[in-house]
Amino acid sequence: MSQANLLDRRRVVAALLENREGALVVGGLGASTNDMAASGDHDRNFYLWGAMGGAVMIGLGLALAQPELPVVVITGDGEMLMGMGSLATVALQKPANLSIVVLDNERYGETGGQMSHTAMAADLVGVARACGIANAQAISTLAEVEAFAKAIPDLAGGPRFANVKIDAANLERILPTRDGMFILNRLRGSLGFTPI
Amino acid sequence: MQASADSTTDTATSWPEEIFAILQRFDVRQVPYVPDAGHSLLIQRVLGSSTMRGIALTTEEEGVALLLGAWTGGQRGVLLMQSSGVGNCINMLSLTQIFRFPFLTLVTMRGEWGEFNPWQVPMGSTTQGVFELSGVRVLRASEPREVKEVMQAAASQAYNACTPTAVLLSQRLIGAKDFTR
Repeated sequence: MSQANLLDRRRVVAALLENREGALVVGGLGASTNDMAASGDHDRNFYLWGAMGGAVMIGLGLALAQPELPVVVITGDGEMLMGMGSLATVALQKPANLSIVVLDNERYGETGGQMSHTAMAADLVGVARACGIANAQAISTLAEVEAFAKAIPDLAGGPRFANVKIDAANLERILPTRDGMFILNRLRGSLGFTPI
Repeated sequence: MQASADSTTDTATSWPEEIFAILQRFDVRQVPYVPDAGHSLLIQRVLGSSTMRGIALTTEEEGVALLLGAWTGGQRGVLLMQSSGVGNCINMLSLTQIFRFPFLTLVTMRGEWGEFNPWQVPMGSTTQGVFELSGVRVLRASEPREVKEVMQAAASQAYNACTPTAVLLSQRLIGAKDFTR
């Protein structure tokens, strides 16, 4: 449902990543990846330029492989809708170090602003809860975003899910690298893994 | 259901056990799956393992993305599915081309050998083509005695050479279902 005083997506992502420390961050296809880049490039940013619907599953594989590090997935409502089943898969595995944040502008912003299901009908917090992610919340203020960001390093509290209502402004594109091997090897290198 | 094709061979080491042993040797840790009768023994072994984690999926493409995340975090995985699930994976298989990570999937085949269910035939007959068009190398085992060698080759090229690889486990190997009676 549309709400007044919606949050600015860049401020939301900046607040989420401000004290990221060792966190591994996966950005879903679309503007979420640009928002991550706008907050500053980082060795532990994993940017997606395709594979729509896969962001949460990449985050799950990463979270299970690196249980001592916080893993954050930042994606949009359209990308999350395409991978909704992955919330059920996450709930079954209970990765305590995984946090999922949906930036919900109720639109497919990259393709002309067509309305998404969350504008009129779908409630992603309800979906996450019904899939078995008990720690799921709707966020509409920056204070709530900041509180959520503080919880991310807590490796015992996940999986946690937040749906953040943001405004639908189309912001200047801040494009991160789109070279998959660079993104992959840079992140693996930051974890101490060498190329094959 | 007809007897599986390997019931007449030496049952001391069944082919699913051989697959499990090879996965262990390659230090495979994450095993996403959509269940299939042909994979049931292997799934049981994985779920009972202390080093592997069996991860039930809602749809097969989740497993492709999961294996990329696992490798990014330093772990190897293998995706277990049935031929009908391969079509679900097509767009997500682009990850294997963009990231060149050690992607291995084991696919139990339907729709190709004594199939009673016509609904299995369209996807079963295009499974190999779908993989090849998507840039995934395909190996096949049709008889129990072939499984170990094929699996060893597949694991080597997937994990050592980061060559995305699918092993098709033929319906002839698994045994054709027949629910018509």
